[in-house]
Amino acid sequence: MATLTYRDALNQALREEMQRDPNVFLMGEEVGVYQGAYKVSRGLLEEFGPQRIVDTPIAELGFAGIGVGAAMAGLRPVIEFMTWNFAVLALDQIVNSAAKILYESGGQVPIPIVFRGPNGAALQLAAQHSQAWESWLSHIPGLKVVAPATPADAKGLLKSAIRDNNPVIVLEGEMLYNIKGEVPEGEHIVPIGRAEVKRPGSVTVALKAAEQLAGQGASAEVLDLRSLRPLDEAAILDSVARTNRAVVVEEGWPHCGIGAQVVDVIQRDAFDQLDAPVLRVTQADVPMPYNKQLERLAKPSPERVVAAARRVLYLD
Amino acid sequence: MATTATRTAKPSAPPQTELERRMLRQMLLIRRFEEKAAEAYALGKIGGFCHLYIGQEAVGVGSLAALRADDYVISSYREHGQALARGVPANAVMAELYGKATGCSSGKGGSMHLFDAGRRFLGGHGIVGGHIPLAAGIGFAIRYKKGDQVCICYFGEAAVNIGAFHEALNMASVYKLPVIFCCENNRYGMGTAFERVAAVTDVVEHACSYDMAAEVVDGMDALAVYAATERAADRARNGGHPTLLEVRTYRYMGHSMSDPLHGVYRTKEEVEEQRKRDPISQLALKLKQEGALDDAALEALDAEVRAETDEATRFAEQSPDPDPAELTTHVLAD
Repeated sequence: MATLTYRDALNQALREEMQRDPNVFLMGEEVGVYQGAYKVSRGLLEEFGPQRIVDTPIAELGFAGIGVGAAMAGLRPVIEFMTWNFAVLALDQIVNSAAKILYESGGQVPIPIVFRGPNGAALQLAAQHSQAWESWLSHIPGLKVVAPATPADAKGLLKSAIRDNNPVIVLEGEMLYNIKGEVPEGEHIVPIGRAEVKRPGSVTVALKAAEQLAGQGASAEVLDLRSLRPLDEAAILDSVARTNRAVVVEEGWPHCGIGAQVVDVIQRDAFDQLDAPVLRVTQADVPMPYNKQLERLAKPSPERVVAAARRVLYLD
Repeated sequence: MATTATRTAKPSAPPQTELERRMLRQMLLIRRFEEKAAEAYALGKIGGFCHLYIGQEAVGVGSLAALRADDYVISSYREHGQALARGVPANAVMAELYGKATGCSSGKGGSMHLFDAGRRFLGGHGIVGGHIPLAAGIGFAIRYKKGDQVCICYFGEAAVNIGAFHEALNMASVYKLPVIFCCENNRYGMGTAFERVAAVTDVVEHACSYDMAAEVVDGMDALAVYAATERAADRARNGGHPTLLEVRTYRYMGHSMSDPLHGVYRTKEEVEEQRKRDPISQLALKLKQEGALDDAALEALDAEVRAETDEATRFAEQSPDPDPAELTTHVLAD
């Protein structure tokens, strides 16, 4: 198995799917000549030409709508947003067009489209460029939402998203593009809607917390949801059945967050198995500050996850 | 056999009077259909918003008569007339307004979301201007597959103030997409006169910003709309150039069935003055002057379309509601 960065895993998925299906094309700002703002589309213009790697003006609403229209007429567009912060301008097309047309047409017009790009805070980009949109997007019936955390999942989930006959939102971690991991070559598909228990060694907040907890004599299972809509409720319940407690960690804000949905599942279907209240670790309920120290305080951290885990274990 | 072969070997436009008769019938059908819809709405049989096309019939009828069956059509929420002109059966349209299972969107779309994918009638969209980028996308797909179809997109003049209009026109021009942007300028966005909210009141001038071909068209003259659409379609098929048509028309009814015909935003006299340019009367008069139609024939035609709309109403009333299980179907495709 090759070791790839997250960005190259995404690149590989795009390349393989474009080779596989001539109806797949990539459209967005700087995806072609510039090779992608985050270099996810590096080399694709040279391989597939400007007909299929389409540079756009800075007009998120417009090119998202062009993608939906192209899907209505039988193509399989991949729309790249330079970041999901800018995609807010395109929400009308995602919510009112992509997510609705199949239903309001009585099933006549499917919308096979992928909207993808970096999500969440990077470093010191301040309030407008540091937002995690997963709960907004997961609220909408008619959309699927995935958030891969590893290079292998990035490749496998993007391939699934491109082959899916529905609008699929792919939330790529803005801080993850350079992380490396083993990625199966060729046909590697991660089905949408399946969570996975992750092993230690990766860089995510939750896994770092699990490592710290191990040093303190507490064993934590880290369940990576990967798909936020549909949510793998069975995997969540299985995990709670094993541990009898849970801490839900997410990048976004607390109010109406993804964690609130997970807590709903647990209280409804695993009430009798709980040995402690479920706790949540989220971003602070504030716009992201620019100052480095304040930003660190705002983000979920392994330390805050450890503290929450110790509380549900009644260690503190 | 030989005669048929000769005919098919030399395809030509339909004889003028035949085309005029066909357009007259379609306009009459739309007029009577919308009158029926208004009655049913008043009786509470049609719910929600219901935007009628009365007064604007020449736009949908004239333009769609100039297009091919494999071209694409997309519209706003004022689309009953275009759906009928496209050939969506009156029964299926009326049943959709009634929310019935036999409606063209299975009762799930309603008045604002008429779809008939087989006839390439792709909605029926309810957010002002939101479908204009979709039209550019359909044009993008046509060009991508190297087809020679066009996509026609209908919207009102109020949509011209929306960002989506400008983003879509810019990209359609940059990418050379085969799209006809057909602005039905009926002068009022709901109750607001266009000149009160638009710095540039001639919609056609916006084409200059996007280096796009454009025409102003008399929207009360079906033949003028037909001819302008034909020119735009030729432009689109030969090189994929988009066109902006500003079709000047007038809506006799309120913005929707919930709104007044006149009052604070326009006078009764203005509406009456505009009705003198009625597109149906004008075309009927022309046919009469050409000796191709007399009063008796016009009455017979009217009786025919009234029977068709009566049947559509009967069909809609007798059709079943969607099965409760349909609530959760078509949220996602397989």
